[in-house]
Amino acid sequence: MTASLGRRFAMTTVGFGVLAAAAVVTAPLVGSTHISLRRAFSTAIPFSENPDAQIFFIARLPRTLAGALVGSMLASAGVVFQGLLRNPLATPFTLGVSAGAALGAMLAITFGWSFTVAGMGAAPAASFIGSVGAVAIVYALARARHRGLSTNVLLLAGVTMNAFFSALILFVQYFADFSQTYRILHWLMGDLDISSYEPVITALPFVLVSLAVFAWLARPLNLLSLGIESAGTRGLNVATAQRAAFLSASLATGAAVSVGGPIGFIGIVVPHLVRLIVGPDHRLVLPASALFGAAFLIGCDVAARTVMSPVELPVGVITALVGGPFFLWLLVRKR
Amino acid sequence: MRIVTVILALVLTIAQGSAPKRVVSLIPAVTEILFAIGAGSQVVAVGSFDTYPPEVKALPRVGALLDPDVEKILSLHPDLVVVFATQTTLREQLARAKIPVYVYQHSGLPDVLTTIRDIGAQAGREQAASDLARRLQERIDAVRKRVAGRPRPRTLIVFDRENLALRGIYASGGVGFIHDMAEAAGGANVFADVKQQAVQATTELILARAPDAILELRGTPMDAAARAEEIAVWGTLSSLPAVRNSRVYLIDQQMTVVPGPRVADAIELIARTLHPAAFK
Repeated sequence: MTASLGRRFAMTTVGFGVLAAAAVVTAPLVGSTHISLRRAFSTAIPFSENPDAQIFFIARLPRTLAGALVGSMLASAGVVFQGLLRNPLATPFTLGVSAGAALGAMLAITFGWSFTVAGMGAAPAASFIGSVGAVAIVYALARARHRGLSTNVLLLAGVTMNAFFSALILFVQYFADFSQTYRILHWLMGDLDISSYEPVITALPFVLVSLAVFAWLARPLNLLSLGIESAGTRGLNVATAQRAAFLSASLATGAAVSVGGPIGFIGIVVPHLVRLIVGPDHRLVLPASALFGAAFLIGCDVAARTVMSPVELPVGVITALVGGPFFLWLLVRKR
Repeated sequence: MRIVTVILALVLTIAQGSAPKRVVSLIPAVTEILFAIGAGSQVVAVGSFDTYPPEVKALPRVGALLDPDVEKILSLHPDLVVVFATQTTLREQLARAKIPVYVYQHSGLPDVLTTIRDIGAQAGREQAASDLARRLQERIDAVRKRVAGRPRPRTLIVFDRENLALRGIYASGGVGFIHDMAEAAGGANVFADVKQQAVQATTELILARAPDAILELRGTPMDAAARAEEIAVWGTLSSLPAVRNSRVYLIDQQMTVVPGPRVADAIELIARTLHPAAFK
C-alpha cells in the first residue's frame, strides 16, 4: 500500500465510519413514540417495570443493529458481485440467493413449521438454508464445464435459478391460505423489527467470515477489473479469487436475508454512490460500502418507522423508492 | 303491451317463487350461514377453505378467492353463486353464463347480521334468517350488558405473527368484525384509533401502547404445550401490563375468525376470557 493510498484509506474509513457510528447512535433516539432517555438508562427502575428502557433496548437498538448488519452485508456483497461478474448492474440477488431464501421462508410459512434454531425462527432459518441451496446449485453448474468459474455460466445459471425458484414460490403459494399469503408478502418486503439480539448474534459468525474474505478480496477484485487474462498474467489465481468472491458474497447475502428479508436496492445504490465519491479502487470501495450501507439502511429504516407513524412502512418500500430512480439514472448515464 | 306486462309479471312471480336449489358458496362465512338457516341441502359446492359445519367436508371444492375453478362451477349448473366482491373476472364469466350471483362484502359485525338476512332472502329462507339474526343480536346484547360497567382492559388483538417469535405481528385496527367483537366482549382495542382492519404492530408500538391484555386469535387448533410456548414468547416484553399480570390469551378456535353465525359464540368466549368474573 503506497503512502497516498494509505492516507486515502484512512480518510475514507474514518469518514464513512463516523457516518455509520452516527447512524447507530442517533437511530435508537428516534421513533414513533417519545421516550425519556433518563428513564431509559436509569438503573433505579427494574427493567421489567421500565417501558422507556424496553422501547430503547428491545425495540430500537436490536433493530438498529440489524439495519447496520444487513445494510453493510448487502452493500459489500453488491460490490463483490459487481466486481466478480464485471457488470455494474449486478446485485447480491442476481445469482438466485434471494429467490432461494424466499422459497425457504415460503415453505416454512406455508407449512407452518414451528421451531427455533439458535434464536432464529423457522422462516429465517429456512431462508438461510434456501439461500445456501441456491448458491450450491449455481456454483456446481458454473464449475461443471470449466476448470475455474465461468462468469457467463454463473450469470445465466443464477438468472435461471431466480426464475425457477420464483415459479416454485408461486407453486407453494397455491397451498397457502390468506393469512399465510399476507405473512409471505410481509417477509418479502423486508422487516428489521427483530425484537431481540439473537438473530444478529446468530448471523455474526457468517458476517465475520465474509468480512475477512472481503478484506483479502480487495486486490484480486482490482486485478479482475482489468480482465481475466491480464489478472492471470499479473499472478492472480483467478479461479481461487472468483470462488472466494462468489462464496463469501453469497454467505453474506444469505446471512443478511435471514435477518431482515430480501431488502432490495441497497446492493446496487450504495456501491455506486460510494464509487462516485472514492473512485473505483476496491481497497476503498469495499470498506466504504460496508460502512455506508449500514448508515444508509439505518436511515431508510428510521424513515420507514416514523414517516407514517403509528403505521409503519416496510423498509423495502423506502429502499426501493430511493433506489429505483437512482438505478434508472445509473442506467441512462452509462449508455 | 298487455301481453308483455303479463309475461313480465309471470316471470317475476316464477323468479320470486323459486328459491335457488343449487348454491355454490366460495365464502366460509356464507357457507356457515346457509347451513345455519336450514339451506344446507341447497348447497352443492363450497370453497377450498370451508371446514364448518362438518357436512361441508363431503361437498365438492371449487377453489377460493384467488383460484376459483370456473369450469367446475359451471359444470355443477348452479342457480346461485356466492362470490367475493373482488372476484371481478369470475363475476363477468358467471354473468355471461347468466348465473345469478350474490356479492359478499366483508366488513364489520353489523354487516354479519345484514349478510345473514340477505342470504336468507336469496335462498328463500327469510324467516329462518331473520330469526337467526335476531337471536344473535340478542345474545350479543346480553354479553354487552354483562360486561357493562366493568373496567375495559386495553387489549391488543393479534391475528397473525411468526411462529415462536414476536415478528411480523398483525393486530386488529379500529375497523372490522374482529375489532367489533372484542369491543362487544368488553375489551378496548389499543389500536382503535387506527382506522384500518390490520395494523402492522411493531415492538415499539406495542411497548408504547402498553396493553392490559393481549388476545391472540388463531383459526387452527393447537395442543396445550404449543399454546403455552407461544404465550411464553411474550415474556420478552415484560414491561407490558398484560405480561406482568399474566393476561396474555391465545384462543385457537376457528369461530373467532369467521364472520358467520358463530359470532355470538365467539363474542361470549372472548368476554369470558377478558372478564371471567362477569360469568361466575
